[in-house]
Parts: sequence; structure tokens; C-alpha cells
Amino acid sequence: MCLLLSFQSFCRAMATYLEFIQQNEERDGVRFSWNVWPSSRLEATRMVVPLACLLTPLKERLDLPPVQYEPVLCSRPTCKAVLNPLCQVDYRAKLWACNFCFQRNQFPPAYAGISEVNQPAELMPQFSTIEYIVQRGPQMPLIFLYVVDTCLEEEDLQALKESLQMSLSLLPHDALVGLITFGRMVQVHELSCEGISKSYVFRGTKDLTAKQIQDMLGLSRPAVPMQQGRSLQTPEQPVISSRFLQPVHKIDMNLTDLLGELQRDPWPVTQGKRPLRSTGVALSIAVGLLEGTFPNTGARIMLFTGGPPTQGPGMVVGDELKTPIRSWHDIEKDNARFMKKATKHYETLANRSAANGHCIDIYTCALDQTGLLEMKCCANLTGGHMVMGDSFNTSLFKQTFQRVFSKGYNGEFRMAFGANLDVKTSRELKIAGAIGPCISLNAKGPCVSENELGIGGTSQWKICSLDPSTTLAIYFEVVNQHNAPIPQGGRGAVQFVTQYQHSSTQRRIRVTTIARNWADAQTQLQHIEAAFDQEAAAVLMARLGVYRAESEEGPDVLRWLDRQLIRLCQKFGQYNKDDPISFRLSESFSLYPQFIFHLRRSPFLQVFNNSPDESSYYRHHFARQDLTQSLIMIQPILYAYSFHGPPEPVLLDSSSILPDRILLMDTFFQIVIYLGETIAQWQKAGYQDMPEYENFKHLLQAPLDDAQEILQTRFPMPRYVHTEHGGSQARFLLSKVNPSQTHNNLYAWGQESGAPILTDDVSLQVFMDHLKKLAVSSAS
Amino acid sequence: MSVNQQAHTGPPYGQPQPGYQGYQQPAYGGQSLPGVPQAQYGAYNGPMPGYQQPVPPQGSLRAPPTSGAPPPASGASHPSGPLAYSQFEHGDVQNGIPASAAPVQRPPASQPFLPGSAPTPVIQQYGAPPASVQQLRNHMAGMTIGSTAASAPPPAGLGYASVPPVSGSFSATGSGLYTPYSASQGPPLTSVSQGLPLAQPPLPAQTISTQRPPTQVPGFTPPPPSTGVGPSSYPPTTGAPRPPAMPGPPLPGQTVAAPPSSQPNHVSSPPPPSTMAGLHPGPPMSGLHGPPPPTHPPQPGYPMQQNGSFGQMRGPQPNYGGAYPGAPNYGSPPGPPPPPKRLDPDSIPSPIQVIEDDRNNRGSEPFVTGVRGQVPPLVTTNFLVKDQGNASPRYIRCTSYNIPCTSDMAKQSQVPLAAVIKPLATLPPEETLPYLVDHGESGPVRCNRCKAYMCPFMQFIEGGRRFQCCFCSCVTEVPPHYFQHLDHTGKRVDFYDRPELSLGSYEFLATVDYCKNNKFPSPPAFIFMIDVSYNAVKSGLVRLICEELKSLLDYLPREGNMEESAIRVGFVTYNKVLHFYNVKSSLAQPQMMVVSDVADMFVPLLDGFLVNVNESRTVIASLLDQIPEMFADTRETETVFAPVIQAGLEALKAAECAGKLFIFHTSLPIAEAPGKLKNRDDRKLINTDKEKTLFQPQTSFYNNLAKDCVAQGCCVDLFLFPNQYLDVATLGVVPYQTGGSIYKYAYFQLETDQYRFLNDLRRDVQKEVGFDAVMRVRTSTGIRATDFFGAFYMSNTTDVEMAGLDCDKTITVEFKHDDKLSEDSGALLQCALLYTSCAGQRRLRIHNLSLNCCTQLADLYRNCETDTLINYLAKFAYRGVLSSPVKTVRDALINQCAQILACYRKNCASPSSAGQLILPECMKLLPVYLNCVLKSDVLQPGPEVTTDDRAYIRQLVTSMDVAETNVFFYPRLLPLTKADVDSDSLPAAIRNSEERLSKGDIYLLENGLNIFVWVGVSVQQGLIQNLFGVSSFSQISNALSTLPVLENPFSKKVRSIVDMLQGQRSRYMKLIVVKQEDKLEMLFKHFLVEDKSLTGGASYVDFLCHMHKEIRQLLS
Repeated sequence: MCLLLSFQSFCRAMATYLEFIQQNEERDGVRFSWNVWPSSRLEATRMVVPLACLLTPLKERLDLPPVQYEPVLCSRPTCKAVLNPLCQVDYRAKLWACNFCFQRNQFPPAYAGISEVNQPAELMPQFSTIEYIVQRGPQMPLIFLYVVDTCLEEEDLQALKESLQMSLSLLPHDALVGLITFGRMVQVHELSCEGISKSYVFRGTKDLTAKQIQDMLGLSRPAVPMQQGRSLQTPEQPVISSRFLQPVHKIDMNLTDLLGELQRDPWPVTQGKRPLRSTGVALSIAVGLLEGTFPNTGARIMLFTGGPPTQGPGMVVGDELKTPIRSWHDIEKDNARFMKKATKHYETLANRSAANGHCIDIYTCALDQTGLLEMKCCANLTGGHMVMGDSFNTSLFKQTFQRVFSKGYNGEFRMAFGANLDVKTSRELKIAGAIGPCISLNAKGPCVSENELGIGGTSQWKICSLDPSTTLAIYFEVVNQHNAPIPQGGRGAVQFVTQYQHSSTQRRIRVTTIARNWADAQTQLQHIEAAFDQEAAAVLMARLGVYRAESEEGPDVLRWLDRQLIRLCQKFGQYNKDDPISFRLSESFSLYPQFIFHLRRSPFLQVFNNSPDESSYYRHHFARQDLTQSLIMIQPILYAYSFHGPPEPVLLDSSSILPDRILLMDTFFQIVIYLGETIAQWQKAGYQDMPEYENFKHLLQAPLDDAQEILQTRFPMPRYVHTEHGGSQARFLLSKVNPSQTHNNLYAWGQESGAPILTDDVSLQVFMDHLKKLAVSSAS
Repeated sequence: MSVNQQAHTGPPYGQPQPGYQGYQQPAYGGQSLPGVPQAQYGAYNGPMPGYQQPVPPQGSLRAPPTSGAPPPASGASHPSGPLAYSQFEHGDVQNGIPASAAPVQRPPASQPFLPGSAPTPVIQQYGAPPASVQQLRNHMAGMTIGSTAASAPPPAGLGYASVPPVSGSFSATGSGLYTPYSASQGPPLTSVSQGLPLAQPPLPAQTISTQRPPTQVPGFTPPPPSTGVGPSSYPPTTGAPRPPAMPGPPLPGQTVAAPPSSQPNHVSSPPPPSTMAGLHPGPPMSGLHGPPPPTHPPQPGYPMQQNGSFGQMRGPQPNYGGAYPGAPNYGSPPGPPPPPKRLDPDSIPSPIQVIEDDRNNRGSEPFVTGVRGQVPPLVTTNFLVKDQGNASPRYIRCTSYNIPCTSDMAKQSQVPLAAVIKPLATLPPEETLPYLVDHGESGPVRCNRCKAYMCPFMQFIEGGRRFQCCFCSCVTEVPPHYFQHLDHTGKRVDFYDRPELSLGSYEFLATVDYCKNNKFPSPPAFIFMIDVSYNAVKSGLVRLICEELKSLLDYLPREGNMEESAIRVGFVTYNKVLHFYNVKSSLAQPQMMVVSDVADMFVPLLDGFLVNVNESRTVIASLLDQIPEMFADTRETETVFAPVIQAGLEALKAAECAGKLFIFHTSLPIAEAPGKLKNRDDRKLINTDKEKTLFQPQTSFYNNLAKDCVAQGCCVDLFLFPNQYLDVATLGVVPYQTGGSIYKYAYFQLETDQYRFLNDLRRDVQKEVGFDAVMRVRTSTGIRATDFFGAFYMSNTTDVEMAGLDCDKTITVEFKHDDKLSEDSGALLQCALLYTSCAGQRRLRIHNLSLNCCTQLADLYRNCETDTLINYLAKFAYRGVLSSPVKTVRDALINQCAQILACYRKNCASPSSAGQLILPECMKLLPVYLNCVLKSDVLQPGPEVTTDDRAYIRQLVTSMDVAETNVFFYPRLLPLTKADVDSDSLPAAIRNSEERLSKGDIYLLENGLNIFVWVGVSVQQGLIQNLFGVSSFSQISNALSTLPVLENPFSKKVRSIVDMLQGQRSRYMKLIVVKQEDKLEMLFKHFLVEDKSLTGGASYVDFLCHMHKEIRQLLS
């Protein structure tokens, strides 16, 4: 019944699809590129944009109280899907049929009282997403291990110390904290002792195995206890590890003092040299320490560094200042000496850390690059944060860092650990892969596709750390053969099972089960077309593109993206062959080319003008933000403030830059406030201070307030730029807008509006013209 | 006079001995080469070799005498000698004199400049030596007075100034060997030598004669004839009885063997009996004995002894002993009544007697180093040294002061030519430390070719514009700033102003060229590295060390009168991992930094590790308080070792300074780390060909580490507290090769051992030490330093490198001929030590020594120093065990000694029956001492001696000086009950034999490592009560490690003796109370070295017989 109903709703006007999409997103945190699925493999491939979804596993749900029992699982060992509203239930026989493998399962004894009127929550349609609290296993406190670079300028170090001290008050009361500092050497501070402060010191140049590190820290357990039985061992475990990781409430005074006494790395740095910074070893020790003491427990390694690793494993650049750190140019010329080795080092660490469920955050503040390119995998694979700033003594860092510990609506930390995402599909679908802050768990199964998109070859991924906005892109493949049609009204289902450690240290399982209708693309293409989610599709394609860009040459990726776009237009555009002017796209596709246009110019795919670190930084965030944020990243938002009316969004176009406007641009990474020429002059003249021009003052203030609002909530905090016409920082704006007016065509457009952009980049207009031409061309 | 006096003299032995050596020296000097010597002297002073003896010198010489006292001290000694000669013979004198002469005259003038420095006349001493105390006093008085009166303005006391007066005094004294010379040109006769070779007996000047006469040794006499020279000095003439005085003197052939009675044997009939007596055969003066030696009841035995010489022995070897039936005196002749035929132990040379004789003969006068080739007094004698151009015997001692001219002779005699050098030796407060000379920016003046440093033997020519090197003869320009005119004798006018021209020992300030990396060094650092493993903590050691360090750090060595020590300190504790401490003064609390990467050691902090004690006082105190607490609950039993040294090394490297590590270690390092060791102790290897492996390090790792340490100037002192085997042979490699020390406290117990350990630690921390040292010994053409023994590292064949060198470390250097030597020019040694002082000043310490050369073997044998010889032989043997089976080493030792003695017998002794054992006077103790070496734990271990002990002792002996080896091998045995409670003197020592112990007495035995207090079973209760505070013998506790402090004269006396002995040794000795017939007595008996040892070591008598047999075999 309800199936039918929902199908009918599909058939309504497209506007309802937007609602549907939004509703689904709100409820399940899922956005599919296609909301009606082509029913055969062949057709699916012809759709160009793959069947995929953006999943936000821990999407904040105010209305979703977790249930206090364990999920009921399908008894087929290869399936183990969770009982959900889509399952057929025989209330009399107390049986339920798994909707993925069709196995018939007995309800567990606790469900004896089940009936049509007495359903457990997981059977109710509104609980297509449900969260269980599992009581198994010991509750382990959260762990925060600070890894702090001491090769900083005094001022930076001071600021960092203060931030760290402040953070102690933000941590959960019973969380364990640890401190590792590094410079030329690496020091692991023992926090338990009174009196003498004690630390274990390691050479910064020597890579140590996990075992060595554990031996040296005295973490390896003596061989004896085996016979004495487990009971002895368990109580002993916290004792052993407590030397380096202590409950905050116990040692926050100590640690505050310790941090206070922290000195800059004392080893002399001669002129013309970089300080010797052993980031590689420090991380390695941090990973080894946690690996030995708290495997498979939620933990954050928080790396704070102020420069590139300059020695030991993972070094990114030598200590000679005259040799600059690698640039994209060097990398293209295969001239980055240390890159491969360093990358490998950090990848190994990231994998180890991820395997143990620990995440690595990187907070780096320096004017130059710090090796994010090499270290990015640490954050990327473990779901850690990556924050890049100019100095620890900026509000950008301070507030961002503070926001790590922010709490959600219910007073809980917005962080979760050690998540295990298991995806189950009905048999017409297979899983091609995922892109996001996760690693594969290599769970092979019947629903794993041979074709990989992103991190594939598995139906399970580990996400060591996630927050309510962490979003993964998951790609599917329709495997149903063309000659085996799906019965009318058939639906495909996907179930996402996310087990994770909640910030309250509870183990929880969130299960989201969604279903979509199948449609025959030959007969019902309009349904499919109408159910296209161009925003999700843009982001999903962008993720694919960015994912590819990590391993392929930039131009190849752009070409691939272009080809996909052209093919999509060919497939879904309405046109007469070889007549570009006749080309039209339906509403559900209309914005897609524009997204792609901006994506092509975005720093995710363009490395020009970006350092490798910046590219890594941008890509990192792109691969984990939810759809809205991702779209902002692809196509920044531009608001205009003027006396002509209330603030309004305007085209991200050079024509929007007018003298009497204030523009507010949000690119996710930057918030730019740009005063038009006239406004700027007014401001200089001081009109805002004159009572009679109070409205001008308000006008000036409006964008600031709006910017504040964004700044308050976003993580990481964006760079805040306040500039004006002709200001040097106006470049942030100018590089983003569509260069509809350039020095080349300025006169053609007349001078009446907009600002010319000095670029040879093509404008959206030109891009579209080309696209149309190619799309309608019969040649391709 | 002397005779009488002597007799009177209360001091028992003292008197009798007119110090033989003394005699000889002078005598020799004179005798040896009348003509020759001059040349030598000439060389010194004389600008040119050519110039010679011309008149002038004489004049000069004479002058002094005339002047009366003048012959300044400086002159005093040397000159005196020469003077004497000179008178007799012009030429000769000149040389010698010129040098001295010139100065002498000036003295008055010049002296002012040099306080006491150069010319060290000997005032008081002269007087003293002679005979009776009274006399001494008188002399003294006179002397001093004289001095004062005379010119001697400045140094009233010591006598530098006093010099002048000397002359007068000398004569008076008479007794002293020296005196004779100095005393008067006239009197000198005694020495006579030259003039009257034959006329030995001549006329000993009054005093002199008396004394000397006794000397005559039968054996000796012969030589004179041959040589012509005549050690005539020992005119047998003097009453035979006298000999006593002479004990020493007889140098010549002390016929040990001296078949006592049997003159027949000795060819040298002349002085026969008397001689015999004179010989020292310990007993020498029977007459004397009576009075002096309260201890020995020599009486009956004596005569016999002498007679009972070895001769007889031969046949009856088996049975000796018989002789001294009498022995009534011996209170407690041990049970075993000597078998009838036994060789009388009293008849064989007694170390005690020799020591006493030398002490009496030479202890009273200063030893003035102006004369070439003088044999110094024995190490057991207290004497003052006046540096007049040769290094004090405290710095250098030679096995022989007369070197054979050719290598053939040297080979024939088999007498090793070696010098035992202690470059930083501590001097008694009466002696002056070497002066520090600053030659400015260009550094010390050196020979262009061989780089020898400016020294008194360099000869200035061409009016002072150039100088000819006394070592290689190369002529070098005198740098302009150093130019000085010569006086008419060819001597520089500023001779007395410059220590390097007038003294045997002095220091140069080094320039930056002498520094590592051409940078002046930073002040050194001390790093204390404390084992905090379970054993160390549990025994209370860690707490003890920490407590002690708190106060000890205020006593770090400081230079001169600096207010505080420049030395910085650092702290490390360790077990399986190392803990470094940041004790920066700005910290409120010390910080601990653990380094567990022991495989790849590094220093985790830069500043704050090495700190100034005063600045970081509170932090350090806090640290030392906390260390014992922090590890109180440790359960870690494993330790590492090599990484500890590496850590110290790295720390010093990082600080760019030299320094010393004090490592306190308890166990075999078995934790996984570089330098990890296995327990490889295997007693089954003893007496096999593999025994040597027990002495070798089990891995070469430590050798390489030592090399790195030396390169950095990182000296390691190791304090070991083992409860079981910890492989000293391996752990000791680094301390040994870096010039450090090892201290071992087996089964350390806080109550009993802490005082000893703390004393050692205090001494070790406080003692004078130099860092980053390089020593080179240069020699004049003809001989060459070929081999070195001691605690150091050598990267090439000439330079001895020591990361650290303290005032107790001794290096023995062996010389070999590479050409002929000449009697005229003698042989010169210059030992140059480049080091960094404790304040970080780079310096060169130079010691010069001139030796005579001889063409007659007799001269060689007459100028030997047995103690030094033993020092060399022991070190040689102890090194031998590293590469050869112990038995081979022992045989080689015996063989070499047999050859030495056989050569003497063949070439120097008068023909006599083969059955007679004739020993050279200087070497009459060689057999007994050698036997002690052979019986030592290293060469013949008993079952209770552990492998570690042997390795420990082996390394210990290798850097011992002569005094230490002497007492180590032949312990000092003092009858405490005979001590005079009212005087501050020691009771006379007795020989190390159980037979000499009396049941009713308490004895003290010390060997430099241990002090035993042996209590006889029938000691009076009163004594026991007084000493131990218990009422009976059975209540005396074996566990005493100190004597109880009791307020009675006897207790005070004994404790003062113990304290005094402790003060004489570089290590605090362990005090062990042994009750007669108690278990521990076995241990004690081990040190009664004249007896047969339980492990099969021969008794003295047996060994002597064996030796004799060997010699006879060689001769036949």
C-alpha cells in the first residue's frame, strides 16, 4: 500500500520531487543522484551520472530518540540486514522476511507481543532511520592525544599553549588526555607523576615500529600474566596506559602547568636553516602509543604543527632554507625529492591508525606550506580534521579549534568515533565504492561490485571519526540485466548500518533503510529525468573528479568531466542535431552545467595559484562536507547589499560587481565582504558616522552581521576578508566570479555595469556555447 | 761519630742506615766517569759542546765554596757533588759545576726573583738525615739560622732561600750522604770515587766515612777494581759492625746471598765478614739490631742468617730453616717448628730491613735532582725533593738510572729499561707545584725538528741566538721574543727566571694551536650516572649516592684560587632505559626525560643538562631528593651499560667539552642494547690455554666506544657494586682506555661499605684531574720509547691518549735502544703532557729527566731500582695474560729474573762457588718481590678469587705507581701492640710471614686495597677492651668495618695509624678484622706473602732456592 502511494507521489509534478528529496535528506541524511532508478545495467550506464548517494550517517535528528535495545538481524550470515520498515512481517507466525535476501526470520523472544497494532519502532515507516544503543562491551572513555610542535615562534607557541590549556576545560570530564611534544626530538610526557615532570624522549630521525615504541614506553605487557587469568589483566591495563593518558579531571592542573612550562625547541637553528622538526616520528609514536594501549577505542590524535617536517621519516623538505618546499611545478617535474617517501610514511601511519579506530587531526599554522600534501591521508583516511591557518595566534585557529569541542543540540559533543558503515543492497544493486573520510574494511560479499568507484571492493568502511555533517558519497551499480525486467512497482532498497562510538562513549547503531522505485528508462525516462537530483549529482560527480585528481593529471580529469557533461547533455537535452541554438535542458538539469563550470575552475581541480598544501586542504574538506556545503565550495554564494532593496543573492558573475553594492561572498573557506567603488568612497568619506546617514551605517553593518552568522557556525572557520573595490584582497572575489567581463570583451559588454576580470579563462557563457555545440554535434 | 750517634739514636733502625743509594749516587756520579761526566755537564750549561772544562768553570765552582754557604741550595745538592769532584779533577767538575756554579754565585741576586723555584736547597733536611734526632734538631736549628743569617732571605722555612747556609750545615751534618759532598769540597773524599778509586776506605770524612764504611759489600768490592772507578765509596774499612748503618749502602753487591759466614764463598774477601754484616742482609748490623728493631728479635739468628747464606742452601735447599732455631723471641713461632735443616728466613734479604735502611739513610735529606742519573730514595721513604733540573721521582722513576750504552749490553743484562711516569702526581705541601710558563701567542719554544720543548738541557749557542736540541741535535733559531744573552759560561742570563731552563718539571700555557678544532676548550663537565635498578635501590645505594652528591658537589676540583669550580654537572639515572634530568636553574622542579631508545643513544636536551652547581643548587637538591623516591618501588632488574656511556659521550659532544662520567653500576648488563653481555664466567678455564679469554672483553664493542670517548675527552670512572659476576674485564674496557678508574664493592652492604665507598667517591671527585690529555715521551738519540703500560688509548705508536688523567694514574714506558748511547751525553727523557685543566685551560706539563749511560754492567746493576722494576714486570706480566697462558707468563717472568741475576753473577760478582747465590745490592729484593707478583691473584688465583676480582686487579695494577705496587705486592705488616702510643710514628714493620706473628699481639696489614687487623688468640684482654670495646676475644665481631671510637691511648693510636695509612693511599682501604684461627684468617694468610700460599705459591725461601737453581742452570 504505502509502496503504491509513494510511487504515485513520484508521478506528480517535479516540484514534489524537490520536496521529496528534501524530506528524505532531512529524515535519512541521504541524497541520491537519481531518485528513480533505471532498471537495467545498460540503461544505468547510459544515464552518465552514476547511481549514487551522499550519505550523512550521523545527521543530526532532533526527533530521533535512540532506542535502548539491539537491532534484530537477518539470520543469513552473509546478509545480516537489520529489520526495517520495508520488511514483510507475518505477525501471526512472528516471522519477518528480509527485504534484501528474502530470508525468513523468526523474531526474537522479546518480540513475542508484536502485532499490527503493536509494532516496534523499527517497523514504522517514519523510522526508516533509527538509532539503537548497544550495551555490549566496556565503555571506554574518549581519548585525546595532543601532538604539539615546539618549533614555533614564541608568540605562536604561546597562543597555542593557551588554546590547548583552554581546551582542557572543553573536554569530556572523564576523557583521557596525553601530550606529545616534538621538535628535534619527540617527547612523550608522562602525566601521572608528581614532582618531577617526566617524559620519554625519542630521536626525531629514526622510524620505530609499533612494537619498539611500545617497548620503549614500557607499554608491552610482561609475559607473565597469561596464567594468572584475564581477571588480573583487565584491571592492570588502565594502569599501564595511565602513565601517558590520564583522565582530564585528574590532571588538568598538572597538564595546564606542563603546557605552561612548555618551551620552544631549544636546539639552535642556524641562519639559513629550518628548525629540525620530527613530525613524522612524533605521529608515528602517537599512533604507536594508542595502538598499544587503546586499540579500537575512540581516540583523537591532534597534531599541531607550525612548519614542514624537516627530518626523519616523513620529512617533506630539507632543513636548508635555500631549498624551497615542493610546489606543484616541482611535483609535475617529478622534482619533489621527499614526497613519495613521506607520503608513504604517513599513509602507513594513517592506515594503522584507522585500523585501530583512531583518528588524526592536523592543525597546521604557518605562512608557508607545512607538508599537508604528504600528511593529508592521515586526516583523510581517519576522518580527522584538517585545519590550515597562518598562525596559531589568529582567531581562525583559535575558534576553529574551540569548535572541535562544540556540543550539539542535546549537549553532546558533535563527534563520534570508530564508526563502521555497512551497506546492504537489494540484489539488483551492487556497491561500487565510497568516497569520503573512510577506509575499506575489505568486506567482500555478494553485493560488492567488481567495478570500483572511489574506495571500492567492499561493502563496509571504517570511519574513525565523524561528526553530524560528515558525508560520504556512495556509488552503486545497477546490475539487473536488461532482459530480466523488474516487475512493475518494484523497488530497490539500500540499508546503511552505522555502528559507532557515541561521544558519550556508548556504542550505537544507526540504521537507515531507503527504497527507490525502478523505472524502465526506455519507457519511463521522464520519470527518471524528473527524479534527477542535480545538486547531488554535481557533488557526486565532483567527488569522483576530485578523487581522480588525486591520482591523475589535472587535464585528464577535466576532460573526463567535460565528456561526462557532454554525454549527459546529449542524453537529456532537447535539441535538434547540429543546432546548438535549439538546445534545452529540463529544469531538473538546468543548473548542472553551471555547477560543472564552476567546479572546473575550483581549487579542487585547478592547482594553478594553489600550493600543493592548499589543494590538499581544499580537497580534504570537499570530500567530507555535506551537500549544501559542498555546493558552496563548488559554486560560492554571492549576496548583494544595496539601497535598492533587501539583500539578495546575485549571480556569481563579474557583472554583479557594481559600485553601489556591498557583496558578501561565501566560498566555504573564505567569507569575503567587498565594498563597491562608490560604497568604499562613502565609507572613506565617513558618511557612516554622520547621523543623517545612519542608513548607510546599517548598510555597512548588514553584511558583517550575516558574515558573523556564518563564521559562528562553520567548521573550520573561514578566512574572513573585508575588502573593497581595488583592494588587494579583492582578488578573492575576482577569482571566483564568472568572468563574463574581461579585458578582452569589456567594450563589447559596455561599461555600464560590472567589473572586468583580468583573465583568459572562459566565461560561463562561452562554456555553455561550446557545450551546446558539442552536445548537439552529431559527430561525437 | 756517626757510629756512636747511631747507636744512640733512639729511632731504632733509622740510624743505622746511611742510605746506601745515597752513597752510590754520589759515588757513581763521581766515579762513573770522571772525565765523562763533565762532558755531560758541559753539554747542559756549556753553550757549546766544545767549550769544555776550561778553567772558568772551576773558578766558578770554587767560588761557591768559598762563598761559604752560598752554593745555594740548588748548588747544594748538585753542585756539591760536582764540586767535590771538581776539586779533585778540574775538567769534570767544570761541566757539572758550570751549570750550577754560575747560578750558585748569583743566587743571592737571582734568588729573589725565584722564590723557591729553581734552586731548591735543602736545609733542614740535611741535618736531619744524619743521625740522631737530637742532632737533627741541632742541625736544623743551625741550618735555619744559618740560612736566615746568610742570604736566604725569603724562604726561611723550607730552605729554598736557605740554600746558602747549607754548606755550613752540611759539613756539620756529615751524616747525610749529600752532606758529604756539599759539605766540603774537601771531605767529599768519601765519595772519592774518581780520585781514588781504589782508595776506597780512604778517609771517609769523619761523618761520612763512618757511615759509608759500613756499606762495603763484599760483592761489591770486586767491581771497584775492575772499574777502577770504585764504588769505593763503601770502604769496608769501617768497622764491619757499622754496616748496619750502611744497610742500604752496600749497594754494590749486596750479596744477598752473602754467604754469611762463609767468606770463602765471596771472593771479595776483603770486607768479608764485616761486609756480610754490612750487607744489608737485613740483619746487617747485628749489633744495631738489638736496639732498633724491637720487633724482630734478631739476636741469635742474625749472625747466622748472614752466614747462613744461600750458599748452603743450595745443597740442602729442602731444608732451610734450621738455622734459626733460636727464635726465642718470636713470641709465637707458629706451630710448625722449623725443620732442622731449614734455611733461616732471617738470613735472606728482608724487604723490611731494606726499607728501614733506606728510610733512615735517605729520609732525612732532601733529594736534589740536579745530578744526572741519581737513584732516588725508595718509594717507602719519606723525603723531600728539590727540583734542580730533573723531574722529581714522584713524577718519573726509572728501573735503572744508568743505561747501558749498547743494546747488546741491555740484552745481556735483561734488565728492562723503563720509566714509571705519573705526570700529575700530587706533591707534598712542602714542595712547589710546577710553575706555569706563558710563552705568549707563539706558544712554547720547541725544537724545529723533533718538537721537543724548551728544557734545561737545551744548549744555547751563537750568543743565544740559536739553541741546539738535546734530543735530536737540531739547531733552532731562538724566537726574538725569547732571546736572551748568554753569560760567560754559556748560560742564559735569565736562567733562573725561567722554570723551563732551570727546572725538571714545569708547565706551559698552550696556545690555540694545541686545542681541538683550534678552539680553546670549554670547562669540563662531570656527569653522574646512577643505576636505579632493583638491586641498587634496595641496597640503599641510590639514596646514599644522592645524599652524598648534595654535599660533594661543593667540592668539585677548582683551579688555583678560583672561587668556584668551573666544572658543570649533569645527572642521569638508568636501568633498562636512561633518564636524563633537566636541572636548569630557571625551573621550579627538575624535569626527567626518559630515553628508551638504547640502541641508538642520544641526548634529549640541550641546555639544562649540564649546569653550574651554584646556579642550579635548589633544582639539583630537589632532584637528588626525589631520585630515591621515584625509584623506590622499581621492579626493574635489568640494566644496560654501553648506552650509558654513549649517553655521557653524546652529552659531552653536544656541550663541546671534555669531562668525566661517574657511573654507579650494579649488574651484568643483560638488557637488550648495544654492548649487552652474557655471563661467561667459567672457572674451568683457569689454567688452560683459554684462561686468557677471561681477561679479554667479550665484545669489541667497548673498544670502539672507548676510542670515541677518547676522541671526545670523555673519561669514565666506574663504581661497581656487584652481587655476582658482572664481567669487569669487559665493563672495564672503557674506563681503562679513557684513563678512568674502576672501584669495586662486591656484595655492597650499606652499613659496612658505605664509608669506604663514600671516601673513594669523594676522593675521586675531588682529585686533581686533567682532560683530553695526550702524552708523548721524547728521548735523546739512541733510545726510544717502545712500549706503554697503563690506562690509556693509543692511536699511533707514540702518543698516549687519555680522555682523563688524574693525579693517581701512572704510565709505565719501556725504552729500547735504537743506537749506541754515549757515556758523555747520557740519555734524556722528556715527557710532555698536553691536557685541559679543570678550569678548561689548555696546558702542557713537561717533565725532564737525565740518566747516565754506562759501558760496564756493574754500573747498571748498581743503579737499579727494584721497586720500579717490579712495577714494570708486574704490568708486563699482567698484560701478558691477555695473550698467553698464565703459566707461560709466569715462566717468562722467572726466566727473565734469573737471567738478570745470572748476568750479574757472571759479569759483576767476584768469582765464587757456584753454590753461592749472589745478588746485586740494588736487586736483592727482586726474588722476594717477584715471588709476590707470581703469587698474586692474577697469576695464581686461589679458589676464592673470582674472575671479576682478577680482571679488576689486573686493570688496577696496570695504572699503579711504584709505591702502590710495592705495597700491593708486599703488604705492610705492622705490629700494633708495639706501637708507641706517645709518638706519632708507626711501629716498625715486620716481614710478611706467619712465623713473625705472635699470638699475644695485634697486627695490621695493608696492601693498598685492604687493611686487616689480625688479633692473636692470647692478646691481653685489656688491649681488646681498649681497641674493640668488648671484653673478650670471642666477642670481637668479624663484621667490623671500622674500629670503634674509644677514648684511650691505644685505640686512638691505632685509629690514627689506620687514618694515616688511608691517607697515603689513593683508595680507601677496606678494613677487615681477623681473629686468629677464625675462618677469615685464610683470607688474611693469603697476604702473608713470604709464606707458602694455599694455592701453591712458593714461600720466599723456596722461591729463592728455585731462583738460585735457575741461575745456576743459566750459568752452567
